[in-house]
Amino acid sequence: MDEHPSEKVTAHNSYTTDSRFWRAGAIAATLFMSAVLAILTVDSLKAIGPGGSHVPMYAVINHHIGYEYDTDKHECVPEVGGEELLFGQRYDETQAAQLIAKGKLVIQSRACMGCHTFFGNGAYYAPDLTKAWLDPLWMTYPAQKRGAAIINFLINPFHVGYHVMPNLHIDHEEAQAVVAYLKWMSAVDTNGFPDCAGRNPAK
Amino acid sequence: MYRSQRLALKYLTAAMVLFGVMVLFGAISATYYINPSFLLNTFNFNTAKILHIDTLILWHLMGFFGAVYWFLPVDTGQEVEGIALGEVMFWIFCLVIAVVAVVFIFVQYGSSTEFSLWFINQGRKYVEAPRWAAVAVVIVGVVFAYNVVASGIKSTRRSGILIVLILDLIPLLVLYLDAFPAMTNMSQDLFWWWWLVHLWVEATWEVLIGCIMAWTLMELLGASRRVVESWLYVEVALVLGTGILGLGHHYFWIGTPRYWLGVGGFFSALEPLPLLGMVIHAIYDAGRHRMQTGNRPAFYWMLAEAFGNFLGAGVWGFMMTLPQINLYSHGTQWTASHAHFAFWGAYSCGIFAVIYLALEKSRKSAGLDGWAWKWSFALLNVGLLGMVGGLLVAGMDQAFFERALGGSTWSAFIALQHRPWYIEGMWSRFGFGLIFAAGYIILMYDMLRISKGKKGEATIEPREAAA
Repeated sequence: MDEHPSEKVTAHNSYTTDSRFWRAGAIAATLFMSAVLAILTVDSLKAIGPGGSHVPMYAVINHHIGYEYDTDKHECVPEVGGEELLFGQRYDETQAAQLIAKGKLVIQSRACMGCHTFFGNGAYYAPDLTKAWLDPLWMTYPAQKRGAAIINFLINPFHVGYHVMPNLHIDHEEAQAVVAYLKWMSAVDTNGFPDCAGRNPAK
Repeated sequence: MYRSQRLALKYLTAAMVLFGVMVLFGAISATYYINPSFLLNTFNFNTAKILHIDTLILWHLMGFFGAVYWFLPVDTGQEVEGIALGEVMFWIFCLVIAVVAVVFIFVQYGSSTEFSLWFINQGRKYVEAPRWAAVAVVIVGVVFAYNVVASGIKSTRRSGILIVLILDLIPLLVLYLDAFPAMTNMSQDLFWWWWLVHLWVEATWEVLIGCIMAWTLMELLGASRRVVESWLYVEVALVLGTGILGLGHHYFWIGTPRYWLGVGGFFSALEPLPLLGMVIHAIYDAGRHRMQTGNRPAFYWMLAEAFGNFLGAGVWGFMMTLPQINLYSHGTQWTASHAHFAFWGAYSCGIFAVIYLALEKSRKSAGLDGWAWKWSFALLNVGLLGMVGGLLVAGMDQAFFERALGGSTWSAFIALQHRPWYIEGMWSRFGFGLIFAAGYIILMYDMLRISKGKKGEATIEPREAAA
């Protein structure tokens, strides 16, 4: 590389006024941090794959899921309990994966993230959906009927207090897939987000 | 004037028009917060909001392209390589944006098929544009990179700034490829999505604007290339040294391992350092040149850039970045307050500085100084700070009452909508948003007024430093 004429450094300057010193620092910092990120990424991808330490298999939707205060961790953690079928049906892992993939397509095609947040990411106009399956609003329904209640809401949205959700022409099959998605997502270990202290105080 | 600089003026004009579209849909989005039944089922909040944030990204991108096409031939001392192709790409870029906007406005969303993702809406924040459009953006980006790299290779004068820019364009383009996948698993989806969003906005874009501001300082104040380049390297070292692992502050709650709380908290707490450095740099240069400049609008926007970046991205980011507070502030209006301030300070103000500089150089006769730039500067900054303040009040109310005390339930979210602080925050944001919009109109008036002046013919050479 040709040196730019103005890059020449006079002899009396110390190394701190030599731009090449800082250039070396920039390259070193970038390479080192990128390498650390690469290592952490490899490790994280193992944890967040279905069946990893933080993310459940898709067939978790056949089970009861809770969000309980862990007195050791001092935060709420998802707890997978006994069998609690969704829509009265038992899905194997492949079927569950297909259903949940469909749910994600519904979520993307309707731009749900344009109003809601998932794990706190998205828009702040409507409630966070991270633990929507476990929200007290839906917990008032018995487990067997909860899915149907949410489906009904998605197809014919009604006023929830001040807000009303628009009708996004979600059909029954799509709504089922979204409910399965929300149930699976509620079992992801999110390091205690959202904080559950208000709904389940540690007493 | 170089052909590349004429293309730059086109890009900067398009950027300012898109800025206006962003303001319009921002005002519409703000309306839903004070009247939730506004246009319900006709033009829902999500469509307005998507148009608001997608034009945010696009106008900045066009502003960056314009700035680079402006400074590149000055830096290399010759016409940009393959400029004809770059000119064609400008019109393709405009056409793509127009088609996507029409589809968003009139079609809005599709059924749950791959077709919707390819042709209507991908539903991933910031990269909602359908895949066909994302392919077009990649092609436009590749041609832009070709223009820059080929010019660098051809030139015998390769400055440190140009080398940094060329190296920065590689991750910038590669990361954009994350605009395509539709992963089922939300944790994986968001993991990679943040590589795009964070490593663009808090890393590669920061380096890009660093290069642009380095050129601006040399043009505007006649700052020494050696000093400016040294500062650029220091900034790159600090921005990437803290920002790459600062990515971790987005990995607190998406299903990723617990060590990200420590890694992300630590490195993102350091992220304000380079931004503080930029403030020191700007004050140093302004003082060294005794605030003397022939282009006061550009100079003041450059100062606003330095302070806005530090306050909006640095301080506002630090305020909510440690996991202990982020557990409650994450995904609230507090985030929106930070996002508005950060984009404004880190990028918008810098682009206005470049536009005033380009106008000065390309239009010789019209006076730059006058009432209009001062009023637009004041109204835009007051409007922005008012919006940021309103959102901060609403966001803190949300973090404490909905999240911490209310346990983040839907009923807590609904109860929040009736709380006076939240409502006042939203009205405040709306009112100051209108002030901001008035500032935009005056800014456009001023820029158009100057642009109607006599066109300059001479090739512009940088004012080399007398440092």
